[in-house]
Amino acid sequence: MIKAEKVTFDYERLDEEGNVESTKRAVDGVSLEVRSGEFIAILGHNGSGKSTLAKHINAILTPTEGTLWVDGMDTKDPDRLWDIRQDAGMVFQNPDNQIIGTVVEEDVGFGPENLGVPTEEIWKRVEESLSAVGMLKYRRHSPNKLSGGQKQRVAIAGVMAMRPRCIVLDEPTAMLDPHGRKSVIDTARKLNRGEHMTIILITHYMEEVIQADRIFVMDDGRVVMEGTPKEIFSQVERLKELRLDVPQATLVAYELQKRGIPLPDGILQKEELVEELCRLKSKM
Amino acid sequence: MLRDITLGQYYPAKSVIHQLDPRVKLVTTMIFIISLFVAKGAAGYVIATVFLAAVIRMSKVPFRFMTKGLKAIMMLLLVTVAFNLFLIDGDVVLWRFGFLRITDKGVRTAIFMAVRLIYLILGSSVMTLTTTPNDLTDGLEKLLGPLKVLRVPVHEISMIMSIALRFIPILLEETDKIMKAQIARGADFESGNLIQKAKAMVPLLVPLFISAFRRANDLAMAMEARCYRGGEGRTKMKPLHYESRDRMAYAVVWGYLAVMIVAGRLLAGYFPFS
Repeated sequence: MIKAEKVTFDYERLDEEGNVESTKRAVDGVSLEVRSGEFIAILGHNGSGKSTLAKHINAILTPTEGTLWVDGMDTKDPDRLWDIRQDAGMVFQNPDNQIIGTVVEEDVGFGPENLGVPTEEIWKRVEESLSAVGMLKYRRHSPNKLSGGQKQRVAIAGVMAMRPRCIVLDEPTAMLDPHGRKSVIDTARKLNRGEHMTIILITHYMEEVIQADRIFVMDDGRVVMEGTPKEIFSQVERLKELRLDVPQATLVAYELQKRGIPLPDGILQKEELVEELCRLKSKM
Repeated sequence: MLRDITLGQYYPAKSVIHQLDPRVKLVTTMIFIISLFVAKGAAGYVIATVFLAAVIRMSKVPFRFMTKGLKAIMMLLLVTVAFNLFLIDGDVVLWRFGFLRITDKGVRTAIFMAVRLIYLILGSSVMTLTTTPNDLTDGLEKLLGPLKVLRVPVHEISMIMSIALRFIPILLEETDKIMKAQIARGADFESGNLIQKAKAMVPLLVPLFISAFRRANDLAMAMEARCYRGGEGRTKMKPLHYESRDRMAYAVVWGYLAVMIVAGRLLAGYFPFS
């Protein structure tokens, strides 16, 4: 589905005459592969290059060096640009700044309108996408009156209406309250399970990535860790070095382990921890 | 709450006028304005009054909403009336004081001028009250479509207008937020003379501008990510179609203009004041 090979990207700072003053390497030789239907999470603290990498998947940025393919299409190929953008939809961080329409359903219709989809088909798609994210009853509302989580779900519906094979969510929950955050992540998961949509979730909230199929951890433009959530979160020390949090249950298990309680590695959820502790207690 | 303000002044109601195609309403408003200027004498204004009253009645918008727009032009109205009243030369002088004098012709022109201005505002209020801003920009885009041949970026203009409409409440809210933040830090927007007040706006406007540009940048990226590439090859989710009621409205409006031109002149003799 998506394949990156030694993708490198430099941000250029221009002086007043437009000459390159200095360059900053945001993504440094990233190679990765995402298979169709996977739920991928990319973790990293601020400035780790995760958002820059995300913008490559939608061909908003193209690699300075290396190559990135979306469905076999090279993102540097200007002839395939719009196919790539249709194929890999993108949801951004700020919900207000990505909604174009003044009515919810008009905003969802914006993408299909741009693709030249016939009118009846647009209406069908808008209805389907809005019900997929659970926002159908708000179709005639003004986006200004929705909550942050609802706005992000409208934004996801707007991408869905373009019938992509993959959705990149670039820190979709960074500006939301816990409730809105949950609704957005649940929606993304539902699309992954129900519609077999490939999801790439970029975030710095650990709780959101527990149920991902695979996690990439980025630091300083490089992919430094890769694996299933269990594999990643069993390395608590390494994550701390990267200035990343671990889920609360994992942290408790880790501290207990350090004090000599024989718990297994990679506990991610509260329920898991409770179960393991109960098992230990019954053994005693 | 600032976010609750309605844009333009759309008054939601279910009426024939509300349901008309925005293009019909735009054209009708234009014709009505033209008709006010071709109106000859009192007869013409009687016809215009009947037409306007009928349209207002059909629109189901309370009359007091229409008169709101009049307040804005009160000054202009008074000045116009005063100039016409005092400075026009006529045959019969009714009143004289120094160089000021009121003549029969002056009174007539002043009255007609005032009526013309008031009707102009009322007529366009009917349009803005019964059409959502979005429909208006859509209608405008379609109406101005032929100008594309002259390389007028019609689609872009209407896109800019509808995006501006979407962002006005957001920016208003932001202004409110920045204002409160600056007040919390001791900024004073209330006291002082005009210059001091203007100066106090600087710490409000600078962050507002910066944020507006950031938003514009984000929005442009989001639009590109959703395959926006100008008006070419774009389809419409809500295309504009003329229905039979729209064709009827056109017939009525052109009929009205014809009556105005012909009958206004024919009947002119029977009315006083012509």
